[in-house]
Amino acid sequence: MSTATAAPQLTPSASDYETASWFPWLRHALVLAGRSIKKMMRHPEQFFDVTLQPALFLLIFVYVLGGAIAGNTHDYLQFVLPGIMIQTVLFSTMSIGVNLNTDIKEGVFDRFRALPIPRSAPLVGATIAECLRYAITITVSLVFGFIIGYRPTTSVLSVLTAALLVLVFAWCLCWIAIWLGMIAREAGSVQGFAFLALFPLTFGSSMFASADTMPGWLEAFVKVNPVTHLTDAVRGLLTGGPVAHDAFIALGTAGIILAIFAPLAVRAYRRKA
Amino acid sequence: MNNYAIHAEGLVKHFGDTKALDGIDIAVPEGSVLGVLGPNGAGKTTAVRILATLLQPDAGHATIAGHDLATDPDGVRRSIGLTGQYASVDEQLTGRENLVLVARLLDLTRASAAQRAEELLEQFGLTEAADRRTRTYSGGMRRRLDLAASLVGRPQVIYLDEPTTGLDPSKRDDMWNVVRSLTDQGTTVLMTTQYLDEADALADSIAVIDNGLVIAEGTPEELKRIVGGRSLQVRPTHERDFADVTALLTNITGRPVEQPAKGLLAVPVTDGSALTEVVAGLGQRGIAVTELALKLPDLDEVFFTLTGKPAPADDATDELELVP
Repeated sequence: MSTATAAPQLTPSASDYETASWFPWLRHALVLAGRSIKKMMRHPEQFFDVTLQPALFLLIFVYVLGGAIAGNTHDYLQFVLPGIMIQTVLFSTMSIGVNLNTDIKEGVFDRFRALPIPRSAPLVGATIAECLRYAITITVSLVFGFIIGYRPTTSVLSVLTAALLVLVFAWCLCWIAIWLGMIAREAGSVQGFAFLALFPLTFGSSMFASADTMPGWLEAFVKVNPVTHLTDAVRGLLTGGPVAHDAFIALGTAGIILAIFAPLAVRAYRRKA
Repeated sequence: MNNYAIHAEGLVKHFGDTKALDGIDIAVPEGSVLGVLGPNGAGKTTAVRILATLLQPDAGHATIAGHDLATDPDGVRRSIGLTGQYASVDEQLTGRENLVLVARLLDLTRASAAQRAEELLEQFGLTEAADRRTRTYSGGMRRRLDLAASLVGRPQVIYLDEPTTGLDPSKRDDMWNVVRSLTDQGTTVLMTTQYLDEADALADSIAVIDNGLVIAEGTPEELKRIVGGRSLQVRPTHERDFADVTALLTNITGRPVEQPAKGLLAVPVTDGSALTEVVAGLGQRGIAVTELALKLPDLDEVFFTLTGKPAPADDATDELELVP
């Protein structure tokens, strides 16, 4: 190996630098998202859960339970697909906490901290990369659903809006996982707990059955559960029905979650020096 | 206007009940090298992490390249490069990707980031390994990449936290050459080390720290005067020559000969001239030796002289979980 010598300290010219014409914070976050995506691509097994799970769940729910719940499998597929899609995406939001916790222990985060970039940029970058995983889940759900007979009855634009709504909701929710991952010494146990909390939130919603078939106390919970509103809005966007009210409540809840947990997560990350 | 690239006063940092820094003053003139010498747990890494804006001090203040640590951390970050004890590179990315990533985060355009990465890969002898994931790199290559990453932004001030710990001697020489060429270009270097010979070889001045306090500082020569001179060490090839060599050393130096390790003879000397005489004497008598060296006192001896107690063996403090 040749002997190393240091770089000459040439004066860089201004043209070497990005002009500040666009928001540097977003550019830094996108550069770091690129890093996370590169890492994901090198570990394709990370995509197993987000691709196989929606397909597997669709098969199980539609063909095992569909006939019993809805009378025939096709009607149940039309009803349950948004639910399966949302459930899989929401569950996959929890993994970012553990992943980031592991990532941060790598020395490279020291370098990020010593660079003149916003402290939140590595976190925001990681969440942008996560959106790729969510988008894959949404796409697989829709495509696999289509193959086994699901038919959206609205427009392409509506379907895209539904996908975007799920994506935005998931992006806001993943900040809870990041925060938990930052404050926990043992991220794995926290993930287990978060998983547990997601069960009543997803199953206790209108995902798999409509609320008016449930006992009163459960119906009351289901009707205030923001996941119900998200599901109903997506259902409306895909197969018709009212959307605006549910979408408003779902996005509002997501916004509140973001407003609370994103600052908490960034603060916890700063402290985790 | 002072000409200090690094000027820190009264830095204090506690971790729970552990006092990592107990009021440290550091002043490094522009373009010079400060060696921060101390055992594990003395507070070296904590000091570097504070000066690199990775930790906030509980008390005290500092300016780096004219930027105040507390009020202008981004200014500080733009002026520094940090190479830690544990290489701060992404193991899943290639060497080139690591450098481009840092360059992009320093706002270089795509084209100039790629160009800068290429330059640095070449200068650090990493061109061949450029497109391999750094996970596959050897320890020495990883250090070089880490240092290259610190230099992407052409910083005025470089922190090297134990740059050679864990490197084999030839890689250590490589690293020393890198440090020398940095200072040739006027970069200010703050380097922590556990080795007096490393500080002696590279630093313009040395600060010895222990228990979070600077317990001695000065030029390497001043420090060596305090801790006593060097010792001349000879390891004869054959045991039968022991008596002859002992007599020779006593004759030349007039000092009693010690045996610090099995088969090794040592005698304190005040300057290097004794070495020449010893070499000549050994040649005349036809005595073969396997080792002949002028040794600086090691860290243990420095500490024993300065503090009257041996250097602490415990290495936990610098690696404490830094959770408030």
